[in-house]
Amino acid sequence: MNSVILSAATVLLKPLLTFISLFVLLRGHNEPGGGFVGGLIAASAFVLQAIAHGVPPARRSLRVRPRLLIAGGLLTAAASGLISVAMGAPFMTGQTYALPVLGWKLSTALLFDIGVYLVVMGAVLHIIFTLVEDAP
Amino acid sequence: MLLLLTLLPFAAAAVVAPLWSRAHRFAAGISVLVPLGTAVALLSLAPAVWRGEPLLEPHAWAPSVGVSLSFHLDGLSLLFSLLISGIGALVLLYSQGYLHGSPNLGRFCATLLFFMGSMLGVVLANNLVALFVFWELTSFSSYLLIGFESSRLKARNAALQALLVTGIGGLALLAGAVLLALAAGSYEITEVLAAGGLRQHALYLPILLLILGAAFTKSAQFPFHFWLPSAMEAPAPVSAYLHSATMVKAGVYLLARLNPALGGGAEWPLLLGLFGGATMLIGVVVAFFKNDLKQILAYSTIGVLGTLVLMIGVGTPDAFKAMAAYLLAHALYKGSLFLMSGAVDHETGTRDIGELSGLRRAMPLTAAVALIAAVSMAGLPPTLGFIGKELLYESANHAPAYAWLVTAALAVNGAILFAVAAMAGYKPFAGPLRSPKPPHEAPWTLWTAPGVAAVLGLVLGLAPRAAESAIRSAASAVAGAPVSVELSLFHGFNLPLLLTAAGVIVGGLLYIYRSRIAGLAPRSAPVTAGGVYDRLLAALVGFAALQTRWLQSGYLRAYLKIIILTAVLLGGYALLTRNAAAAALSVSDARFHELIVGGLILAGTIATVRARSRMISVAAVGAVGVGVSLIFVLFGAPDLAMTQLTIEALTVVLLVFVFHHLPDFSLKSRRPVRVLDVALCATAGVFMGALVLAAGAERPWPSISSYFTDNSRDLAGGRNVVNVILTDFRGLDTFGEITVLAIAGIGVYALLRLNMDEIRRREGARTAPSEAAIPAATTAPDRETP
Repeated sequence: MNSVILSAATVLLKPLLTFISLFVLLRGHNEPGGGFVGGLIAASAFVLQAIAHGVPPARRSLRVRPRLLIAGGLLTAAASGLISVAMGAPFMTGQTYALPVLGWKLSTALLFDIGVYLVVMGAVLHIIFTLVEDAP
Repeated sequence: MLLLLTLLPFAAAAVVAPLWSRAHRFAAGISVLVPLGTAVALLSLAPAVWRGEPLLEPHAWAPSVGVSLSFHLDGLSLLFSLLISGIGALVLLYSQGYLHGSPNLGRFCATLLFFMGSMLGVVLANNLVALFVFWELTSFSSYLLIGFESSRLKARNAALQALLVTGIGGLALLAGAVLLALAAGSYEITEVLAAGGLRQHALYLPILLLILGAAFTKSAQFPFHFWLPSAMEAPAPVSAYLHSATMVKAGVYLLARLNPALGGGAEWPLLLGLFGGATMLIGVVVAFFKNDLKQILAYSTIGVLGTLVLMIGVGTPDAFKAMAAYLLAHALYKGSLFLMSGAVDHETGTRDIGELSGLRRAMPLTAAVALIAAVSMAGLPPTLGFIGKELLYESANHAPAYAWLVTAALAVNGAILFAVAAMAGYKPFAGPLRSPKPPHEAPWTLWTAPGVAAVLGLVLGLAPRAAESAIRSAASAVAGAPVSVELSLFHGFNLPLLLTAAGVIVGGLLYIYRSRIAGLAPRSAPVTAGGVYDRLLAALVGFAALQTRWLQSGYLRAYLKIIILTAVLLGGYALLTRNAAAAALSVSDARFHELIVGGLILAGTIATVRARSRMISVAAVGAVGVGVSLIFVLFGAPDLAMTQLTIEALTVVLLVFVFHHLPDFSLKSRRPVRVLDVALCATAGVFMGALVLAAGAERPWPSISSYFTDNSRDLAGGRNVVNVILTDFRGLDTFGEITVLAIAGIGVYALLRLNMDEIRRREGARTAPSEAAIPAATTAPDRETP
């Protein structure tokens, strides 16, 4: 698709969308958002690039293959559940650690959400990249 | 200790296969020493068990459902596990020579060890579920071993046949075990046996039939016996180990094990006597007419398995004693004969006894081993086979019911078995030397292993006191009460001895006039169990093909129709019968902007259906999606709205790119079809609407939402309840969903990519495929029959 406007806008929108997706992911536990919608937004950033500049640049800037995102996401989610097993609690019992600085908290729920984010992003990109590459 | 003994062969199997190519001698040593070590360890435990102190070893597995990995070593388990490990050592030693130089020997030994562990598990398990698991593992390893020469179609078919028959039996065992545990109140076998009163339980008959189904398929009882002769496609060590000495006796073991709980009454002796007796006579008679050494041995094994089942059916302490003694004798002589048949095959290139004679000149050691084993098989003194057979006659003579019939059947069996033993262990070795290729004496591994087993049968015959404790404690375990056993070679001049003498004369005559008698036999039976199996299998495959043609048309619209119709019919029926559709539908309290959003959705829907261009249709669907997102916003679900909106955007992009794969838009279906489609869709829409209203109106259970809102902060440390539910309260559900999403992503990729490659290869050029091409190509493999 050769559109100068789209092409120029993508340069600005892609980092912005990626940033928003991370923002949505991280605030998810307390405000509207979460891994699922975050993953969708992140995917749409790369889909936008695929439409504007073609799939090869989008794949290059993604750096890893979407398949790896799916696998990594599933493993992350599973690992987040296993942390509690290592602590002697049943599978997927939520664990929270307060960081000594800034009053931030790390939780297994967040790790799980990151897994969801990666799987959603990977699956959507896997499908759409394949479709776009096949399009004449 | 028992857990260790059971798991050791599995561990050895895992080690042996990868080690084989690098350290062949070391791996071969492990595969022989592990069974040998197991046998020695079991022997060290034996004195206590024989004194009447069984070993009970519980290990927790899933305590909440009563499933444990507990093991129990009593007389019966000990007799079986000694056979499994002892013959296992011999068979693994023999395999080193039999498959010498084969590149697959490592895999073969590993599978044999895997089987050995499974079989030890079957006889040592003290939990019905654990027993079932090990039982299935033996079927599985039997499948691998029968089909070991996987390049041959016959071997693969035989493996599948054995797996299907014993697999169905395995399912019966599972069902029977669950019912048995329900009736007895425990999955622990020792507790089931102690429960008492099972014969009066309402579930007794179903339990009995299921357990018998499992035992009869596994132990090749008529009419399920046909898989065992087919299984002779396996290499000789497998036939000796699995299909004569151990695995096929698992069914006998199951019956013997559960005899104290299920035995007695009217049905048990009747069914066991009937099927066992029929199997015994059919097996031995068919064996008499066979010419292939392994087929002769296979059918005579079926006959012996029938004898053992018959003895459990007779149900007296004497019968159990005879069963245990005969089982031991049979494992020793039959294992040895099977291994010997492999050595003969190995050296001469044939197993047809018509083409073989005089092999004793070329293979004196093999011939000596075969003769000793055959003497035991024929039931002649001074072997364990003789003692076992005398005990059979003795107990049959004192059977509580139909003693004359049981005795007569056993006497006929004994006479024919004498002739069969002569065919297998005497005929190929006597007379002038005849063989397709000049034979040599087999290498030492091929005659020592059967030799040890055969000589052991002879030694135990000469010194029967050595086997007394093993047989006494096994028979006591079957009877559920102490049984006294005194074995001796000579019982005096009595009926059993008379029957033996008559058997020798009649059997000898049968052997001498065999060719003339064989001419009288019909060429083929009109109905065979194997034929019925083949027809059933063909019918099953035919039915699968039929319903695949019928249901799997390959057209997306057909699938959608079936799904929608099923949902509407089943769901609609539930809605109407529960009278829940009475929920009031009122628009009066809707606010103005809500109505506008509703109108937008409705307009988008109509536009989607009416559109004559795909682009317009997709845009209209997008509008519907945005409208739905607005509703989420209006009713306070920002998470849903965000997700829905992003999904809508991505869906539109997706659809736009899918266009390239689709043909130009046109109306192809005729008007009546479209009218029907509209009717179906309208019904589905009304149904969904009614469902939503009913769900809102009817709340048969208290809502769980308040629990989530109340606890999201305290238990999960998050204020966004939706996210907390997704990542914490219902995290496992989400995990399942993202797994599905991952599979869907990979699946879509595979379908698109592989299809595209295929179509491009076929057409040679990059052209848009027709609508039917994609589904047709994806469903094509399903239509192939196995």
